[in-house]
Amino acid sequence: MARIGVYVCHCGVNIASSIDVERVTKAAGKYHAVVVARNYAYMCSDPGQELIRKDIREHKLDRVVVAACSPRMHEVTFRKTCESAGLNAYCFEMTNIREQCSWVHENGDEATAKAVDLVFSSLSRAALLQPLTVQEVPVTPAALIIGGGIAGIQAALDIADSGFQVHLVEKTPSLGGHMARLDKTFPTLDCSACILTPKMVDVGNHSNIHLMTYAEVEKVEGFIGNYKATIRLKPRYVDMDQCTGCGLCAEECRLKDRIDSEFDSGMGKRSAVYVPFPQAVPLKYTVDEEHCLFLTRGKCGKEPACQAVCPTHAIDFSQKEKKVEVDVGTIVVATGFEPFDASRKPELAYSNYSNVITGLEFERLISASGPTGGKLIVNGREPRKVVFIQCVGSRDKNLGNEWCSRVCCMYAIKQAHLIREKVPDSRVTVLYMDLRCFGKGFEEFYDRVRSEGVIFRRAIGSEIYRKGEGLAVRCEDTFLGQAVEIEADLVVLSAGLEPGTGSIDVSKVLKLSRSADGFLMEAHPKLRPVDTATDGVYLAGCCQGPKDIPDTVAQAKAAASSALIPMIRGKVFVEPISAQVNDDICCGCRVCEAMCEYKATVFDEEKGVMTINAALCKGCGSCAGACPTGAMTIRHYTDDQIFAQVESLSRPFTDE
Amino acid sequence: MESTHVNMDETVKTRSVNDVLWSPHIIGFACNWCTYAGADLAGTSRMKYPASIRIIRLMCTGRIDPTYILKAFLEGVDGVFVGGCHPGDCHYQSGNHKAHRRIILTRKLLQQFGIEPERLRLEWISASEGARFAEIIGDFTETIRSLGPNRQKR
Repeated sequence: MARIGVYVCHCGVNIASSIDVERVTKAAGKYHAVVVARNYAYMCSDPGQELIRKDIREHKLDRVVVAACSPRMHEVTFRKTCESAGLNAYCFEMTNIREQCSWVHENGDEATAKAVDLVFSSLSRAALLQPLTVQEVPVTPAALIIGGGIAGIQAALDIADSGFQVHLVEKTPSLGGHMARLDKTFPTLDCSACILTPKMVDVGNHSNIHLMTYAEVEKVEGFIGNYKATIRLKPRYVDMDQCTGCGLCAEECRLKDRIDSEFDSGMGKRSAVYVPFPQAVPLKYTVDEEHCLFLTRGKCGKEPACQAVCPTHAIDFSQKEKKVEVDVGTIVVATGFEPFDASRKPELAYSNYSNVITGLEFERLISASGPTGGKLIVNGREPRKVVFIQCVGSRDKNLGNEWCSRVCCMYAIKQAHLIREKVPDSRVTVLYMDLRCFGKGFEEFYDRVRSEGVIFRRAIGSEIYRKGEGLAVRCEDTFLGQAVEIEADLVVLSAGLEPGTGSIDVSKVLKLSRSADGFLMEAHPKLRPVDTATDGVYLAGCCQGPKDIPDTVAQAKAAASSALIPMIRGKVFVEPISAQVNDDICCGCRVCEAMCEYKATVFDEEKGVMTINAALCKGCGSCAGACPTGAMTIRHYTDDQIFAQVESLSRPFTDE
Repeated sequence: MESTHVNMDETVKTRSVNDVLWSPHIIGFACNWCTYAGADLAGTSRMKYPASIRIIRLMCTGRIDPTYILKAFLEGVDGVFVGGCHPGDCHYQSGNHKAHRRIILTRKLLQQFGIEPERLRLEWISASEGARFAEIIGDFTETIRSLGPNRQKR
């Protein structure tokens, strides 16, 4: 018979305040296979763990049950404890009496009764646990990075500089992301392009970085250390090896200056063959298949002008989509954000007036590389009265966007400063809900801009309408409690950050969870902020939640170092939870074969029974759930173990 | 089917003192990646729900053999809850779809045993839906309360 030690944790008062730990311990002691039952203030602490180690040695325990927090929190901790005392890690079982008991039930008696039931469920399972051997598998010394904004760029450089191969996938034709579109960065007013483009060039030139732009990750299979990713390269209709980036094609394109430039937020124009911006990496042209006359109508004059003019004959309309497979050990997701679509707030008339623009559009307007060459010109005139409206698409329950986008306060303050710099006699008013200037140098910058004469008014903008030649903003001044009308000839909506479609697509490909706000979910909000629930997949930048550039870079470096850990070690341990067939009762019906998503079930024609390829099996148990004879089972989740828990939980413990 | 209904009425009429003290007893099967994590989040966020449910953690709802559910009901449990990832979010591609099909089948089996199919509930709850988990457990507990004790409990 098993010799079980059971340990009930107080977790300070987190458990002990609503659960009578003494009663739980006493009840657990009555289970037939229990040799020792104890409770302690903090089982995860050093003395707590030592208690277990000592008991394993002294009482020759062969199973350990700890009733404490969620196994998702400390299962690994206690498995290590057991191992250090010579007990197989899989002879450990954890009972969740905190997250799923003490924290959610107010009634102490009910919580205690439930805790006892849960401990008995674990004990009945523990008695049937089998020692398992952890497999060690090699790690492919390469990383896949999804997204080529500042987060992806930084992560790629760090990993590549450490000597590992990086496959960087960016869905647009160039690296750079949103940061490339910004003019100055708060609060130091560094020029965004000046600090970003050298990094882009480094990525482009790095011998360890395999850059795939205009590409998307279509499929990812495998597990930590051994992922196989399929990447779809969209046709550029330009031979990357031939194109020199001279730009003659764009000059001659029949649609020159007729297509809205995505990079300039539609305020500037481009040709059908284009680079998004002059510093693009790679500096290779792309034919836009949605607009190109030749690709949409099959005809562009006598001959496509771009083809005729290209000195290296790089234009190739016969290009087709290509698929590339790469083997990687780890994956960093850096898919960024999408700006809030301001037309979803019709009262702010973003779709109606050309002098109502968003913060990102303002960046292009004020940028020296933008459509106006950095001149602040709106509708042919220099604006004199500018109003900023904050929290557009952020902190808005009606829209379902409850979060603060974290960057809008600061970018609006910076933009207000830039306007006053260009048009010193302008009247700039910022209408805010709260100003959140929380970062290093933020408050000081706000103070400076306020002293420069920008008006900050605690008011909620409610409506924008035409008034005479210009606009009027109706708002509610929340200090005065009064409705106020402010005249403006330019209104900038500080649109917030939303999870982008890129992140949503990647979450589906990689099976990543998203938090309630739709951003990708980290494994633990405090202690594992760059890990995901899937081993070997890490998050960097705004895909995880809105953040500014320094935070994004910091997180990208953290994700890179996390991804480097298994790559540097060169091997990872794989959970031995996998399917197992009992030859004696398998009837060879092959029902399980259709259930397996990983082709891990292999039929043995000779014996007429199913076998399992353990390297492919992920241990989900779909096969075992379908097996009509019970021949198929999952290690660590056997029928016996699960039935024991069902039985135990069906018959609540009574003291009598 | 006829006899089932008659029996049920009798059960209601002959409720004993024990039945008055009765409160719903539910076993839950939760997948490690979504619903179990959602239940943990309900705890971390200190949301409250009835202490009626006891959860068994599995890697995936696709692991659930219908016999686990039948076993629970035959042992006298009043309700069985199954929680998995939203369609398309399964950590193992499609285990939740397999569970869905099996639950539909199991409900039909339950009916033949004279057990109300409403006693078996399947929900998709993601790791971020702590509030939803608490809400659903509250709601399911009420459903079971209105159905009364499982008649197998004799």
